[in-house]
Amino acid sequence: MNKELSSDFRENLKKLQAIDFAMMELTLYLDTHPDDSKAIEQYNEYSEKRKDLKQKVEEEYGPLMLKEKNNKENQWEWSQGPWPWQV
Amino acid sequence: MWTYEKKLQYPVKVSECNPKLAKYLIEQYGGADGELAAALRYLNQRYTIPDKVVGLLTDIGTEEFAHLEMIAAMVYKLTKDATPDQIKEAGLEGHYTNHGVSLFYHNTAGKPFEVQHIQSKGDPIADLYEDIAAEEKARATYQWIIDLSDDPDLNDSLAFLREREIVHSQRFREAVELLKDERDRQKIF
Amino acid sequence: MSGSKSYKPYVSPNDPCDPIKEKSYQTPPHLYMGLQKKDLEQYSPEEALKKGTLWPALFDSYKGFPRKTDGKESNR
Repeated sequence: MNKELSSDFRENLKKLQAIDFAMMELTLYLDTHPDDSKAIEQYNEYSEKRKDLKQKVEEEYGPLMLKEKNNKENQWEWSQGPWPWQV
Repeated sequence: MWTYEKKLQYPVKVSECNPKLAKYLIEQYGGADGELAAALRYLNQRYTIPDKVVGLLTDIGTEEFAHLEMIAAMVYKLTKDATPDQIKEAGLEGHYTNHGVSLFYHNTAGKPFEVQHIQSKGDPIADLYEDIAAEEKARATYQWIIDLSDDPDLNDSLAFLREREIVHSQRFREAVELLKDERDRQKIF
Repeated sequence: MSGSKSYKPYVSPNDPCDPIKEKSYQTPPHLYMGLQKKDLEQYSPEEALKKGTLWPALFDSYKGFPRKTDGKESNR
């Protein structure tokens, strides 16, 4: 079963993709620069910042990863589409 | 272990129904320098390389799976509603005969993915140089696909993937520097 | 430094295709970077996603094979 996604969802998803991408870049950089404290600080800042965005995306779309709480009492959200490649 | 995150790394958009582009893109799915080969290569090398670069191989190897999913998304969008006539026009009839419109790990010439695409030498420098070469070859492949494609939205995603090869190559080059450094702690600045 | 380099290949009167007099290849910025320095200028996260990297110093644009037929110079 698929749900209709709003344009807000697409906007928020893109913002989350952006922050997650910046964190990915910092991750690879820190893998070869493990003592750069400023980059670590930035990574931690983004880690905080992403929580809010992630919550907005998940409110509409359901959990992005397993082990998150299923918000609907009688509907398993994880296996609901659309899946990322269908969006 | 691995966990799946239910989103693409970068939004994939395709402007027109042109299944021919799927034929080119499949090179990066199951070809010698494709994303599958990259992911398997790096993740497999982790077990026999000094600890200080294991994190990098793990993280780049994992990112390659996100790229594999992006390529799959492009092929999926380009072929899901293609008619048999469009399939023929795109030169995909051989693929269609065997696989329908499902994806398969092979290259643009239809040669199935071979594990020989991945090397594993057990010598950290040899392995990292192979990784650097793999990134440059994947970068070149993206260039040739961009040359062949005139879909601006698709090329936007391909430009993203090409840039990732550059960043990965940079990090592997840095990994070589870390291993050349005698001191255990990195201190270069 | 980074960007692309070009060279002029030999053209024989017996070449069957219209000669491409100048050929080029890419030399992206990471070839010149060495170990990345700390505190390099960054893109915003949104811009970084668009570019494919967080650091302008690592960004390389690829213009694509020059197209003659449709009058467009490049596809990006």
